[in-house]
Parts: sequence; C-alpha cells; structure tokens
Amino acid sequence: MMKGLKKWRLFSLLAVLTVFLAGCGQEELSTLLPAGQVGQDQFNLLLLSSAIMLFVILVVVAIYLIALVRFRRSKLGEDHIPEQVEGSHKLELVWTIIPILLVLLLAVPTVYYTYKLGDVSAMGAVDEDGNAENLVVDVTAKLYWWEFEYPDLGIVTAQELVVPMDEKVYFNLIAADVKHSFWIPAVGGKLDTNVENVNKFYLVFEKDSKNLKDGVFYGKCAELCGPSHALMDFKVKTMPRAEFDQWVTAMQATGEKQVVANPAGEEVFQQSCIGCHATSGVGETGAIGPNLATFGDRNRVAGFMDHSKESLIDWIKYPQKHKPGNKMPGFADQLSDSELDDLAEYLMGLSVEK
Amino acid sequence: MSSVAQKKGFGATLWDWLTTVDHKKIGILYFLGGGFFFVVGGIEAMLIRWQLHKPNNDFVSAGLFNDLITMHGTTMIFLAAMPILFGFMNAIVPLQIGARDVAFPFINSLGFWMFFFGGLFLNLSWFFQQVPDAGWTSYASLSIASEGHGVDFYAIGLQIAGGGTLMAGINFLVTIINMRAPGMTYMRMPLFTWTTFVASAMILFAFPPLTVGLFFLTFDRMFGGNFFDHTMGGNTIIWEHIFWIFGHPEVYILILPAFGIFSEIFSTFSRKRLFGYPSMVFATVLIGFLGFMVWAHHMFTVGLGPTANAIFAVATMAIAVPTGVKIFNWLLTMWGGSIRITTPMLYALGFIPSFVMGGVTGVMQGAAPLDYQLHDTYFIVAHFHYVIVGGVVLGILAATHYWWPKMFGTMLNEALGKVTFWFFFIGFHLTFLIQHWLGFWGMPRRVWTFMDGQGWNSANFISTIGAFLMAIGIIVLVYNVIVTSVKNVKVANDPWGDGRTLEWAIESPPIYYNFPATPLVRGLDTVWIEKMEGNETGLTPAEPIKDIHMPNGSIIPLLMSLGLFIAGFGAMYRTEESWGLPVLIFGLLWTFVAMAARSLQDDTGYYIKKDEILRDLKRKGGQK
Repeated sequence: MMKGLKKWRLFSLLAVLTVFLAGCGQEELSTLLPAGQVGQDQFNLLLLSSAIMLFVILVVVAIYLIALVRFRRSKLGEDHIPEQVEGSHKLELVWTIIPILLVLLLAVPTVYYTYKLGDVSAMGAVDEDGNAENLVVDVTAKLYWWEFEYPDLGIVTAQELVVPMDEKVYFNLIAADVKHSFWIPAVGGKLDTNVENVNKFYLVFEKDSKNLKDGVFYGKCAELCGPSHALMDFKVKTMPRAEFDQWVTAMQATGEKQVVANPAGEEVFQQSCIGCHATSGVGETGAIGPNLATFGDRNRVAGFMDHSKESLIDWIKYPQKHKPGNKMPGFADQLSDSELDDLAEYLMGLSVEK
Repeated sequence: MSSVAQKKGFGATLWDWLTTVDHKKIGILYFLGGGFFFVVGGIEAMLIRWQLHKPNNDFVSAGLFNDLITMHGTTMIFLAAMPILFGFMNAIVPLQIGARDVAFPFINSLGFWMFFFGGLFLNLSWFFQQVPDAGWTSYASLSIASEGHGVDFYAIGLQIAGGGTLMAGINFLVTIINMRAPGMTYMRMPLFTWTTFVASAMILFAFPPLTVGLFFLTFDRMFGGNFFDHTMGGNTIIWEHIFWIFGHPEVYILILPAFGIFSEIFSTFSRKRLFGYPSMVFATVLIGFLGFMVWAHHMFTVGLGPTANAIFAVATMAIAVPTGVKIFNWLLTMWGGSIRITTPMLYALGFIPSFVMGGVTGVMQGAAPLDYQLHDTYFIVAHFHYVIVGGVVLGILAATHYWWPKMFGTMLNEALGKVTFWFFFIGFHLTFLIQHWLGFWGMPRRVWTFMDGQGWNSANFISTIGAFLMAIGIIVLVYNVIVTSVKNVKVANDPWGDGRTLEWAIESPPIYYNFPATPLVRGLDTVWIEKMEGNETGLTPAEPIKDIHMPNGSIIPLLMSLGLFIAGFGAMYRTEESWGLPVLIFGLLWTFVAMAARSLQDDTGYYIKKDEILRDLKRKGGQK
C-alpha cells in the first residue's frame, strides 16, 4: 500500500514537471525562456520559489489525504465520539518555525535581486572624453504606441526598439497621457511608465532576435490604458554591437534626403501626414504620431496588423475601427484610392536596413 | 409587530421587510441582494470568457470589454462577496454569542439599504450606457481621463455602498464587544464570530481611506479638484497608495470570515474541537494586523525603489506564516476526528488545496523581482481568483448549505449540493489553473482580445470551458434553492446532528427574539459540552424568563439611503443639466430631513411580555 502510494506520488510529480517543461511558451515572448540576465535572475527566483511552494503543497496534500482516508465516519461508525483534543504546542511550534525558515530561504535572494535589478547607478557614467559609457533609451508611452529616443545618439524611433546585445541597456520611462507599463516578457520584468516621474531600470539582451520566429521579441503594455490597451504591442530587435552601430549610422543619415520609393506618395505624405509623423530618425522625443523613418523595416502596421500594403491602406483609412481610442484621424474621405496606394508604397520604402 | 405567525397580505409582508430591523431578516436581505449581484457579476464573467475563447474575437467591442471587467470586479468584491458575508454575519453572529439582536438594529438596516442603493446606482450605469471602464482599481490617470459618467457611477456608487459597509463593521464590533451572553468570554467565541470581529476592525480602518480616495476622485472629476492631475500639482501615485491601503485589507476582510466559516464546518463535521483554538485566534488577529502592512506589494512595478520593494516583499512573505498555521490547524482538526462528508464539508475539503494553491502563488508574487514578471499578467488573474473563488466563494457556497436550515428553516438537497460542488470545483480549476501559464507565456491581464500565433489559443479555450462548468454549478444551486423552497420541509434545531455552537440549540429559523432566556455559556462549543453532559436542549439559561425589550421597525433607513441615491444623480449631472443642482440639493435635504426625523422621534421600542414568551414555548412544546 505504501509502495503504491510512493509510486503514485512520483508519477504525479513527473506529470507536474512535464507540464512545466512542455509549457514553456514561445521564445519571443515567454518569461520561461529568458533571453537576458534580468529575465534569467527572475526565472531563477521563479524556480526557487516554485520548488519551495511545491514542497509545501506536497506536505499539505499528504496530511490531508491521509486524514481523509483514515478518519471517515463511515469507517469509524456513527456513534464514534472522537477525543476533543485542544491542540499541541509542539506541533504548532513546528508548523510555525518551518514556514518561517522557508520564507527566509526565499526572502534572502529576493532582497538580493531587488537591489541588484534596481541598481541604475552606472546610468549617467561617462568616459574620459565625456561620452556616455552605456546606452540609454528614453521610452515614452502614448495612447497606444511607443516612442524610443536615444538621447546620446541624437536619434528617435517608434514601435520597434533596436538594441545591441550583451551589454546593459538603461531605460528612462515615462508616459505622455495615461499610465502604461513597459514589458518585454522574454527579456525581463516590467516597469510602469508613470505620468509624473521618470522610472529607470536596465535590461540585458543576450539572444539575437534574427533567430526568432518573426525576427523580433514581443513587447507589451501591461497596464490598462483604455480601449486599445490590448493592441499596444511593440517589437524589439537585438543585434551584435557592430550591427547596432551600423543601424545608428544609418538612422543618423535619415536626416538627409532619402531614396524615395514613390514620389507621388511622398507628395501625399507632405500634404496629409507630415503634421504628425516625421520620416527622419534624427530628432528628439515628443512627436504627435510615431516616427516613420524605419517603417519599411517593421514587421507590423500599428503594432499588431500584418505588415502589408493592404492592411496599411486599411489602417490609414479607418484607424479608429482597428484601434479604438487612438489619436489618428481616418483618411477614408480625404484620400483617393490611388493616393492611398502611392502613400502606402512610399511608406513601405522607408528603410534604414535595406 | 406580533410574534404570532399570521397570514399577512403581500403589502404588509413587503412593508415588514422594508422596515425590518431584525438581524435575521437583514441577513436574508443581504444574502438575497448579494446573491443577485453575484449572478450579475457572473454573467459579466461569462461574457468576458466568451470574448477570449478564441483569438481576434469580436463578440464584444474594446470599450465594452473594459466596462465588463470593471463591473465584474467591482460587483463581485463590493456587491456580491461582502454583502453575502454580511448576510451570514447578521444571520449567525448574534446567535453564536447568545444575543437577541445586533447592538444598533437601526444602523444595521441603514447599512443594508446604503449597500443596496449604492449597488443599484453603480449598476444603473448599464442603462445610461456610461459604464465604469477604468478597472476595479480605477487608477487615477485613466479614471480621470475616462470620458462620460462611467467613473462617476463608480465613485458615487461605491461611496454610498462603502458608507453602509463602514456602519456594518462598527455595528459588529460593538455587538461582539457588548452583547455576548454570560460566560461567552473572548476565548470562548466561535471562530466565525472571531473572524467577523477582526474583519470588522479591519473595515473600521480600511474603509476611511477608500472614502477619502473616492471623494478625491469625485472632486477631481466633477469639481476640478486636481488631486490626481500632475499638471496641476497633483499626483496619480497617491491614488494607487490610497486604493491599496484600502484594497489589501479588503482582501482579508473577505477571506477572514471565510476562514471562520470553514473553521466551524471542519469542527462540526469532524465531530471534534477546533485544533489549536488559541493559535487560530492569534493567527486571525495577526493576519488582520499584517494585512495593513503590505499594500505596496500591489505596486512593485510602480518604481518605488529597491528599499521599499524589499521591505514590502519580506512583509508580504511573513503573512504566509499565520496562514500556514491555520491550514495545519484545520488539517489536525480532521486528524483523529470522525469525518462526515456533507455538502458543506465537501466545500471545506475543496477549499484546502485550492486556497493553498492561491496562497503559495501569493508568496511567489511577494518576491518582488519575480513579481516584475508576474505583475499585471494572467498569473495575477489566476492567483487572485484562486484566493477569492477558491477561498471566499467556496466559503460562501459552503455557508449557504451549512446555515441554510438556520436561515430559512429548510434543508437544501444534499445530492444537488454535491452536483453543484463538483461542477463548480472542476470548472474553477479548469478556468484558472492554466491561467498561471498564460501569465508565464506573456499574456497581460485586461486585454480585450489577443492576436493569433502567440501560443495562447488552446489555454484560453480551456479556461472558457471551465467558466461554463462553474456557471452550470451555480444554475444547479439556484434550481436547488427553488425546489427546496417550494417543498418547504421544515427541519429541527440541529439538522446536521453535530452542531457545536449556540445557533444549533434554537429552532430553525429562530423566533424573532432568538432566545427566550439568555443562555449561559460554559466553554468553547458550549452546545457540544451540554449535549455530552446529557442536556438534550444544549442550553442552560442564565436567567429566568422575563419581559424582553425589542426595537421597533423603521422605514427611515431606506429613506435616508434613497436621498443619497437621488443626490448622486444630481451631483453627476450638475454641470450639464439644469436639473442637476436642484436634484443634488433635494436629495441631500431628503436625507437630512430623514435624519432629523430619526433624531426627533422618541422611539424607545417595545416589550414582549413574559406571558407571550411562555405561550410561544408551550406551542413549540418542550423547550424549557
């Protein structure tokens, strides 16, 4: 009987583990497949706490099942009057002290990691020439898109964050309208973008996004921010430092005249879109609409729609239908089909990577 | 008011219920009101799950989804779980301590009607099509930016209902301190009375912050208050602090009475004294105290800094210790007992593994750096449903079956009760277990839809199936209630046969003055002690039968609450409709006039004569 019980317990443990291992999710957005030091630290804490907690659950379930089997009235008889035990100081001490020890076991690494992940003291460090030692990105969250400024490099982009691998990247986070929260699940935990203060933290990216399904990590808004909260996705491209430097140079060059894929489309853009959207990646944060300098390189329109000409045209015509509550007006009445076609072709040609 | 049961017309019966100050009737009113809102919140939950059963679903729009999640959370916490628990507290606590009513019967009635009109106000937002949409937490930047009157309905509705809650809390505190029968010392009080006591103390300290926060929110939205407008010197983080200084204790206000319910059930159906009673009491008080020290663990990702996060992380983990003590005490209550699996016991047995699951994930989230990943994901959704459904709702369902005979005098069908349990229990785990993984896989909470290709499809589908199983369970329960009420088979004092506390020594339902003579309490589980010593009635009177002083019923509590309800609409429409300001003033005046009427009226209650009590006793045949 005891042997059978043991086997059964082993089996259930294995079953739980299988669920754990099979259920790791998708590489581009799962916290269970960490792609950087911060995410890895948090994952380690998850493993430690899960192990402690599984132990607690097993103990409780074991006592529970034995009590349930042994002390049934159907077994003991209707007239059985159990002894009215008041308690046991010894037992009560045991189940007070052991949980305290378990909590301490978890509390020590928790405090350690809290300080480790909260350390942004190196953020403003400069080398002898006065250049910043670390990459800093200023993130501004807006209804329902993300703006990424690289203040030391003089460039700004939107919706797709581009970062170098294997170094600490520091972030300044703020929201421009209502509160949002900045989260790249596979890389590390989230931090809120408050409206009144800048939050700072760092992340480390250790996997090249090229090898992922869509070539990007997924980023999410994690704080309810209005109707289109669910659609406020962004993407993250990680690359070796050398490639990143090339990308920066290319971005810095977008200030000059670029190759235009469709001149007629550019004209439409100059008349209808330029008030809110910039096509030059040189600049600062604070635009009304997302910067479009890298539009052709992105993998989504508006953060979540297919990256195709058709869905781009549909988006420009009816942005409120696709992303209710966003700030872009619809152009279905202002622009003709041929104008939209030209415009879409022009936008798809905006690229720094091709 | 007459003690003799007589056929009354519908009008007279209705008037009786509208004006009642009897704790048993108010308990039933709370139970029915809370039950109604529980069904409303449940329907909202079903719509939410149906929207999320497949990717890119367009069953509801983005805006409507936010309405649904906000109203589901607000309704379930404020208008379902709390009132139903108040229902049990009202119906049972005075009986457990051997009292004839609560300390302030009038205030008790006022508390109920304020809850009722507050809940009505909040839910009328559906008919105005301006529904609260900023989440049940209504974080300031979004709730200030929210257009229409949705968030106004939230702020004013909760303000009215919250006032009722505060009154109920104070009333229970005073009742338990002052109205215990002779011999009922603190350390002889049944655990349900103890948890009610601690939860009431928590209400006393937790609801004033909510009141202040809601006033700030109301002033910001209606009168340009700028408390939360950072461009005018306000601060949105303050709202988060205020809300969680209320919100975290609120969780314990809900779970402690459920702990009390399960303590009674474990002890009754194991035929054994609660193991480690003093440590259970101490753990309850400690949880109540620590509950106020951990609010910032809801705000780990706000950017409070590593020191604040570390302190609140450790404080949070500390709560696991007294909670663990309780779990082991329950297990050891069963150990060596004589366990009979009735429907209430089945819920109690289901509660242990479910709540332990919810508890351990709570500790995991207490680890701040790990919470950076888990916060605002489906893991959180899974966690708080494990504690609230796996703890509070299972407790409510258990108590519904356990105390139904005491409240209504009939017995719910046991077979149907078990059918309800299995549907609900399996559905519950099916719905929420998989959501832990959805969180791990990167799914944020409060999303109205999700894209295909993120690996979330089948998990969401399973979750939706589970939700429908839970709904089937509740439908079976409603059917059970209807069938039982129609059959109307009356039961004796202690239909479970193993009652240990005072409520099981009097008839079901008790006569309106509860105890013909105040009982003498001789120890913990006094009825059990009496029965073991051969006293079949389970009671020893502490005094001879004499005249009993009783309060008169009153319609004034309903009128006072109605005035606030009317004033709420006036306040909301003050700026855009010409009738707004007059209605606001009219409503407040109405309430003040009602209050003045109460103050000026010299209502000293009435006496039930000794003869009448003796007559009742004779008719019941036997109770001495």
